[in-house]
Amino acid sequence: MPDKQPALKSVKGKIVISGALCKECGLCIHFCPKNVIVQSNRLNAAGYQSAEFKDNGDCTGCAVCAIVCPEVAIEVYRD
Amino acid sequence: MTKVLMDGNSAIGEAAIRAGCQCYFGYPITPQNELTEYMATHLSRRKGCSFVQAESEIAAINMVYGASVVGARTMTSSSSPGISLKQEGISYLAACELPAVIVNMQRGGPGLGSISAAQSDYFQATRGGGHGDYRTIVLGPSSVQELADLTMRAFDLAEKYKIPVIILGDGVLGQMKEPVEFSREAPAVPSVREGALRGCGGHPSRIVKTFTSNPAELEEINWSLFRRYALIKKEETTYETFMLDDARLVVVAYGIAARIAKGAIKNVRAEGLKVGLMRPITLWPFPDEPLREMAKQVKQYLVFEMNMGQMLEDVQLALSGQGETAFYGRPGGVVPTPSEVARVISRLYYQKGLK
Amino acid sequence: MMKTVYTHPKSLKKAVFHYCPGCGHSIAHRLICEVIDEMGLRDKVIGIPPPGCSVFAYNYFDVDMAECAHGRGAAVATGIKRAFPGSVVFTYQGDGDLAAIGTAETIHAANRGENVTTIFINNAVYGMTGGQMAPTTLHGMKTTTSPYGRDRLLEGHPIRMSEILAMLDGVAYIERVAVNSPANIRKAKKAIAKAFQVQLDGRGFAMVEILSPCPTNWRMTPVKAWEWVDEEMTEIFPLGVFKDITEKKGAD
Repeated sequence: MPDKQPALKSVKGKIVISGALCKECGLCIHFCPKNVIVQSNRLNAAGYQSAEFKDNGDCTGCAVCAIVCPEVAIEVYRD
Repeated sequence: MTKVLMDGNSAIGEAAIRAGCQCYFGYPITPQNELTEYMATHLSRRKGCSFVQAESEIAAINMVYGASVVGARTMTSSSSPGISLKQEGISYLAACELPAVIVNMQRGGPGLGSISAAQSDYFQATRGGGHGDYRTIVLGPSSVQELADLTMRAFDLAEKYKIPVIILGDGVLGQMKEPVEFSREAPAVPSVREGALRGCGGHPSRIVKTFTSNPAELEEINWSLFRRYALIKKEETTYETFMLDDARLVVVAYGIAARIAKGAIKNVRAEGLKVGLMRPITLWPFPDEPLREMAKQVKQYLVFEMNMGQMLEDVQLALSGQGETAFYGRPGGVVPTPSEVARVISRLYYQKGLK
Repeated sequence: MMKTVYTHPKSLKKAVFHYCPGCGHSIAHRLICEVIDEMGLRDKVIGIPPPGCSVFAYNYFDVDMAECAHGRGAAVATGIKRAFPGSVVFTYQGDGDLAAIGTAETIHAANRGENVTTIFINNAVYGMTGGQMAPTTLHGMKTTTSPYGRDRLLEGHPIRMSEILAMLDGVAYIERVAVNSPANIRKAKKAIAKAFQVQLDGRGFAMVEILSPCPTNWRMTPVKAWEWVDEEMTEIFPLGVFKDITEKKGAD
């Protein structure tokens, strides 16, 4: 579970999504407060368009995506 | 060893405690309540032991399942209608290879039936009873002493073969009082079966289950169970013979019916009729081979049961036409007298021209 | 060097869930495993999964597990805990298992105050068997055995097990939560942890009812299903604590 976020300067975060586990439920995309998760154009081996991380520096490592991901497919890192 | 005068139901309870029963789960039903009450009084206060009056016979058998999963010696008891409720649970116990002892003090049926003794659950007990291909060991005691001895044997057999064991008694055996001796002392501390689920500290997690989405896996489980059943048949088949040496007619009976038959046979022997008794003690595995052996010498059999003819079919199967079987049955909880059965034996004896 | 904020719980096997996209079971399994990890319970836990979609729970929980007959979890848990008081026992049951066929066993285990933890997954439908009506199905909800919508005259009403069980003296803690949003998932985890703590403290029966999305049988997308829990289910099944004797000071 994520720690409380520090109040002041912006935190750098990063997530790693195991695309092979993704079932295209769309929940991480729906709940991400920074819109850094998008749906891939390609299909994974199970035939799903898996979620992909947009590594544009906006991620704060809040871990909401990991909390809502039913497949435990997301690992979250933070500075 | 002191002899005590006890009713059959209580003798089962005392024997179970001495056999190391740790947990008893049951529900009241006539004619076995003395057993449930005995365990409430004597088991509940023993160190490490547990008595629960469950909310139903279904709950009780599932509590037995839970206790057996974690390695406890455990039992339940009921009478015919309650045993019907337990069939699902017994199927699960058999499938998961979990030891347990189930006591059925039979009463008249079908339906709510009567509270008097009967033997009409033989099919249910010996053919698995619940869904699926499985068997349980079934023991048929015919005295209070035997209730005690076979209860102890039941716990040992259950643990040895990882199988549920049914003690098939009846209302008369349960409530009659006879002197009984107990051949062992209760253990100081309950035992825990090796390999039971005790939490996965120090080793990989384990699963006790029956469900599989792969029929081939389930097929192999079935074959494996039946290989074990073949071994049990070879090692544990037990029966008693009485006055068989020169017999021209053999009565086949178990449990309380065998007691009645013994009385009847003594009567007719006094009249010069050469009649003996073959008493199966393990109803499953059924002593079919001894019967086949017997059929080389004796051709006339009278199956006597307190039902509409159930063990009769096992006798007929065993003999496979090598002998003639006649049947005398009283269902519904009617308990025949030895003189009544003696009349039936004599009539058959003379009708068949036996000398 | 970035520090890991979230990773796969140790007590959860690395297997692909067979559950549907957006299914609440996956979240519930993960939360229970996180709690088991954080409370150091893995060595002592014995779990009892039900028949139902989660019959394969033993493929995911890396703890000792014993399957049991439909509805009988509370009785099996009773047998385990009475025979082995040192174990930490939890049942994991669906709405058919706990609120239909297993109602008697559940009520009586709760009434006896058995020291076990029950996780009750309420998704208002029978999932595994193809979407039939459950005791918890809402009025008007269409299922395969209420194709015209659940009719209160013919088919009765959604049953509130948390409220019913909370009336029993043997119950120590009952809370209804949901796993349909980050905030609710966090609260659900706290409730699960508390339900295990109640068992460790020997206080009596503890249950967490989890409102769980079933996108497939509700015929919705995962996102819509997760919203439907808030829009419709919590109207009938309000979230909250229904009993908590651990809050009382002094004698129970």
